[in-house]
Amino acid sequence: MKSGLFTHFNRVGAWILLLFLVTPALIAIPVSLTPKRFLSMPKGELSLRHFEKLFTSEEWISSFFQSGVIAISTSLLATFLGTLCAIGLWRVSSKYSELVRAFLLMPLIIPQIISAMAFYRLWIPLGLLDSYAGLILAHTILAAPMVLITVSASLATFDPKLEQASKNLGASNWTTMHRVILPSIKPGVFAGALFAFILSWDEIVVTLFISKYSVYTLPRRMWNGIRENTDPTVAAAAVVLIAITLIAFVVSAILSRRSEKRAAS
Amino acid sequence: MNALTKHMHPGWLIIAPLLALVTLLYLGPILNILWLSVTDPEPGLGNYAKLGESDALLRIVWTTVRICIITTLFSVTLGYSIAYAMVHCHQRQKSYMLTLLLVSFWISILVRTFSWLMLLGRKGLVNVTLEDIGLIAEPIAFMRNELGVLIGMIHYMIPYAVLPLLVSMQSLDTRVMDASRNLGASGSQTFWRIYLPLTTPGLVASTLLVFILSLGFYVTPAVLGGGKVLMVAEYISVQLLVTLKWGTAAMLAALMLFGVLAMLWVMSRFMKLSTVFGGAAR
Repeated sequence: MKSGLFTHFNRVGAWILLLFLVTPALIAIPVSLTPKRFLSMPKGELSLRHFEKLFTSEEWISSFFQSGVIAISTSLLATFLGTLCAIGLWRVSSKYSELVRAFLLMPLIIPQIISAMAFYRLWIPLGLLDSYAGLILAHTILAAPMVLITVSASLATFDPKLEQASKNLGASNWTTMHRVILPSIKPGVFAGALFAFILSWDEIVVTLFISKYSVYTLPRRMWNGIRENTDPTVAAAAVVLIAITLIAFVVSAILSRRSEKRAAS
Repeated sequence: MNALTKHMHPGWLIIAPLLALVTLLYLGPILNILWLSVTDPEPGLGNYAKLGESDALLRIVWTTVRICIITTLFSVTLGYSIAYAMVHCHQRQKSYMLTLLLVSFWISILVRTFSWLMLLGRKGLVNVTLEDIGLIAEPIAFMRNELGVLIGMIHYMIPYAVLPLLVSMQSLDTRVMDASRNLGASGSQTFWRIYLPLTTPGLVASTLLVFILSLGFYVTPAVLGGGKVLMVAEYISVQLLVTLKWGTAAMLAALMLFGVLAMLWVMSRFMKLSTVFGGAAR
C-alpha cells in the first residue's frame, strides 16, 4: 500500500491473471451441452445427450468405478502408512529422521515420467502391470508424501507434553496414540486422505505406463478422448470432474477452517 | 533415554513400513534405470555419447530446456505479481484471491488441457471470436507449436510459482519497508532495493520448483504440441512404449534426475523444502 498507483495497477493485473487461471476450464460446460455428435460450441440449441451417454455408457461407468476403487484404496493405504510414518518421524526427531523425511518426499518432486518408468520397469517382472494392485501400490507411493506433509504440519502444533502426561497417567503406547495423538491431528489426517484421493483420482502419467486393457481409469479414458478429439462425451466428463473438484475443495476448506479454529482455541 | 542410546528409537518401527515400501518399490527401480543407462544395450557410456552424435536427440533436449526456461520466466514473473497483490490487500479480498488460486490448482490437468484444445484449435473459440470481430482474417496457429505448449504450461505452473512467493512475502518484516520510506527512499526504490532482494529465497524456490515441474511435464506438451513439439518426457514414453529402447530413455531420465536433484540441493539452501511442498500440497 506504499506506492499507491503501482500497487493498484498490480492488483487489477493480479485479478485478471487469477481469472485467466480459472475461466478456461469453464469452456467444457458449453461444449458438453452441444447437440451435435462432434466437439463444437452449441449454437442456440442445447442438449443433455452427452451427459446421458456418459452415465449410460458401460465404458465410462466402469472407468468411474475403477478410478473410485483405486483412489479410495490408495487414500486409505497412503493415509495409514503416511500417518504412522509422520508420527514416527515426529517422535524420533533426529538428524537421521530428517534425512528419511527428505527421502520419503522424493516421489512428490521427482518428475512423474521418471516415476512412471520406475514402476513400469519393476511391475513387469512382478506381474503387476495392468492390475488394480499395481496401480494402487504405485499411487500409494506417490500419495503418501502428501499425507506425510499434512500430518507433520498438524503434529507441529501438537504439544508433546500431552503425550508425556498420558504416559505418566499410565496409558500404554497404543492408548496414547489412539486416544491422545490421533484425535489432535485429525484435521491433518483427513486433509492428507483427501489429497491422496485427488492425486490418485487424477493421476495419468504413471497410469498410462502401467495400465492397458483390464484396468482403464477415468483419466485414462479422458486422455483417449482428448487424443481422438471428436467425442463430446469427454466434455461432459470434464464437467463432472470440475463439479467433483469443487465439492472436494469445499470439503477441504471446511476441514482447514476447523483445524484453524482448533489451533486458535 | 537409555533405550535411545542403547537401541534404536521405537519410533523407527512405525516409520519402517513406508520407508521399506518406497525403498523397495521406488528407489530400487530408479537405481535400476540409472544402471541401465550405462549398460543397455552394451556396457559403457554409449548412451551418453549419443547426445553428442545425434542431432535429433540434442534438439529434443534443447527444446525441453528452452521451453522450461521461458515457462519459468513467465510463471514466476506473473506469480510474483499475484503474490504481491495478495499480500498487499485486505484480508477479505485476499481470501477470494486465494480461493481462485487454489481452485485452479485443483482442477484436473486433463480438464485444463482439454479446455485449451477447445479454445486454441483452428476452429477454437479464440480464433472464431477474433475472426468474428474482424481482428484477424486467417486463424492463428496456437496449437501444434511451441506457443500452444507455452500457454498450457504457463497456465498450469502459475499457482505453483505463487505459493512459495506468498510464504516468503508473508514472513517479511514490513517495518523494514516503512523504515526505507521514512529515510526518504521512493516507492520504487524501496521495492527494487529492499523488497525484491528480501524476497530472494521465495524467488529462488519458486523458480526452481517451476523449472523442475516443467522439465518432466508430459500431458500438456504431448496434447498441445500435437507431435510437432517433442520434449524429453514424451520422447521417453515413445522409446519405452513403442520402440522398446530402454538405454536412451534411461540416459535421458538419468540426466533429468541429476538435474532435479542438483536444483533441489540449491533450493534447500534458500528455503526449507517442506515449506515449499507444504504450500504446494495445499
